[in-house]
Amino acid sequence: MTAVTEPPQQSFRIEMLWTDARYRSGFLQVIALMLVMLAVAWVVDNTIRNLEALGKDFDFSFLFAPASYDINQVLIDYTSRSPHWRAALVGMLNTLILAFVGCITCTIIGVIAGVLRLSKNWVVSRLMLVYIEAARNVPLLLQILLWGAIFSETMPAPRDYRGEEPAATLWFDAIAATNRGFYIPRPLFEAGSGVVVGVFVASLIGLFIWNRWRKAHQNATGQTLTPRLEQIGKGFAVPAGLAVAWLFFPGFDQGTLAIAIKAVVALGLGAGSAWLLYTFNTLSVRLAILSVPAVLAFFVMGSPITLAYPELRGFNFLDGEGQAIYLRNSFMALWLALSLYTGAFVAEIVRGGILAVSKGQSEAAAALGLRPNLIMSLVILPQALRIIIPPQISQFLNLTKNTSLAIAIGYMDVTGTLGGITMNQTGREMECMLLLMAFYLVISLTISAVINAYNERVKLKER
Amino acid sequence: MKYSVLLGTLAAVGLAAGAASAGTLDDVKAKGSLQCGVSTGLAGFSYTDADGEWLGFDVAVCRAVAAAIFGDASAVNFTPLSSKVRFTALAAGEIDMLSRNTTWTLTRDVDLGFTFVGVNYYDGQGFMVPASLGVSSAMELDGATVCIQTGTTTELNLADFFRTNGMSYEPLPVETVAEAQQNYLAGACDVYTTDASGLAATRSTFEDPSAHVVLPEIISKEPLGPVVREGDEVWGDVVRWTLYALVAAEEYGLTAENVAEIAAGEPDPNVARMLGAEGNLGEMLGLPNDWAVKAIEAGGNYGEIFDEYLTPVGLQRGLNALYTEGGLQYAPPFR
Repeated sequence: MTAVTEPPQQSFRIEMLWTDARYRSGFLQVIALMLVMLAVAWVVDNTIRNLEALGKDFDFSFLFAPASYDINQVLIDYTSRSPHWRAALVGMLNTLILAFVGCITCTIIGVIAGVLRLSKNWVVSRLMLVYIEAARNVPLLLQILLWGAIFSETMPAPRDYRGEEPAATLWFDAIAATNRGFYIPRPLFEAGSGVVVGVFVASLIGLFIWNRWRKAHQNATGQTLTPRLEQIGKGFAVPAGLAVAWLFFPGFDQGTLAIAIKAVVALGLGAGSAWLLYTFNTLSVRLAILSVPAVLAFFVMGSPITLAYPELRGFNFLDGEGQAIYLRNSFMALWLALSLYTGAFVAEIVRGGILAVSKGQSEAAAALGLRPNLIMSLVILPQALRIIIPPQISQFLNLTKNTSLAIAIGYMDVTGTLGGITMNQTGREMECMLLLMAFYLVISLTISAVINAYNERVKLKER
Repeated sequence: MKYSVLLGTLAAVGLAAGAASAGTLDDVKAKGSLQCGVSTGLAGFSYTDADGEWLGFDVAVCRAVAAAIFGDASAVNFTPLSSKVRFTALAAGEIDMLSRNTTWTLTRDVDLGFTFVGVNYYDGQGFMVPASLGVSSAMELDGATVCIQTGTTTELNLADFFRTNGMSYEPLPVETVAEAQQNYLAGACDVYTTDASGLAATRSTFEDPSAHVVLPEIISKEPLGPVVREGDEVWGDVVRWTLYALVAAEEYGLTAENVAEIAAGEPDPNVARMLGAEGNLGEMLGLPNDWAVKAIEAGGNYGEIFDEYLTPVGLQRGLNALYTEGGLQYAPPFR
């Protein structure tokens, strides 16, 4: 009789959930999911119970009632009669504009400080070290308050600009620095300015096409334009400089000081153009494409774009439509503090990224005959960026979330409007906090998504 | 089965958390001290002395309540709160009562879920400007920058006042009186607006008070008083009647010095009922029978408290005089 060995029965037994590797992980995950759901259910249930105990309901209709309070910095139409949701929107825009300018300046400050930190010049690198350590080790709130106090305590009051012999004067006859903020000229677009803007946009497109053509040319022939451009530039530098200086040179029918100033400006412009031409390269061509047609169009159309300078009336300088742009102290202090604070972190990230590129890379590039700036832009930077960008995302996110400290110096961001006054006046803490969290979450995820997309473009492509 | 046990436990914890906030008076008695929310510092109303001891008109109310419950005016802890966080702190049960120049409004009373137990100071919103500005009326403030505490009724009154008068202004929001004072003195705002009492109190702390003027316009009604959570009538009654006891004490001529003596003697029946020499009013409130004696001994009657803290900062009795002297302070009968 032959013993038939049958394959072991695959019948499922309950212990197999934790003894059999095939089921174990799934089983544990289901358990974990159930625990998480339980915790969430408990939190929600507890909230509802406690809200009930306090006699409160959960209702978003307050968003459509008039807000009844005023906001100082509004980027869209808003009055105290506008509904709460509009006040929240004003706050969101204030948060976004602060985060936007802050991210740009912190990157610029960070890149400069990070590169200078690597400088071989001992003084420069130590100075940057002091800046970085000071800025990132002092709490941000203190830095914001410090800048706010510096602006409000040291700048002159608007009324100091009044009178026959005012105690304060405009900077460059154009900028009013007061203890309430800075008033800077606003460009006014009059009839015909559309043409200038149109020409400028066309220049931008032209620049893009020229860049495409230049790359295609180099790919096809293996030659850059630089040597030929330099040859042309050196030939034209001196005559062009003289021509520009002559063009802008003023007549002699004015006061001595005015002539002197204008003469200096004309000579400076001439020297500048000569220098641009003398060091003619693709950068100069790009600058020229961008600026020359727009400047010509500006003069041909009879200077249609003018500036509205700060004008003092009553208690304050005027701002708003057709008047100077008012940058409040709260905004300036936050912008500065956020940029310097986050810039210090960015500087360290940039330094780390550059140091992470092996020295052999730059030596190899030099051996191929590349110039130092080309080594930086073609060899070092593309590799460093891959290391810099991922941590850079968190710095942008940090900066954006740190804007919520704004109310400390009276900047009305979304935490100040929706999460501050609206919440306080309506007593809808839960609703306001949920909306606020949702807003910051959406903003953070958007920033992450945008920079991740950029990261996809620059990261090492493995084929 | 395990699942339902877990769920049951969680539900029980949730219920216990809800039940814990049931009887504030019992909670306070069990704790042995009163937790009272006051402002972060406003001359006359609530401030700390050199020893860190809280003093002031609003603080005195807290002390009187503590004395009524425990017979000890020091059985109270203070939580300094900004105008922005005060209601959250009260709603969340961080404090038992709020005595922080808070304006009684319908929304706060009804929708926010609080009970205003009375008015300890009838006030109105005013404006203060530097005398050098040469402004004599609030109607001349078009285009001015105004320092304003966020989360207050003054913020809403201000918006209404400027809008209805067709004027514009630039609000400079601040969180505390100290911050407002710093901005105002630095000239970062032309005008500081808050309750007239607050203006007078703040002005009295300036180096040169005469260099600042309070404009004549009073643009709102601001009845300020202690606040408790809604739905706890027992506790609300304790705070309400302690406040009235102080007012009635002034009416009957009871002071911190003489109240114990009068209670021991043979007082007028009204006084006797209030001071517990007759009847059981204290018991009805859930307090010792000599609650009013202790409350008055804590800091004196309403008039004494006013004279001690508010007269020095330059405030007159005005609306806050007793009804017998043409004011609005009036206590219902103790019967």
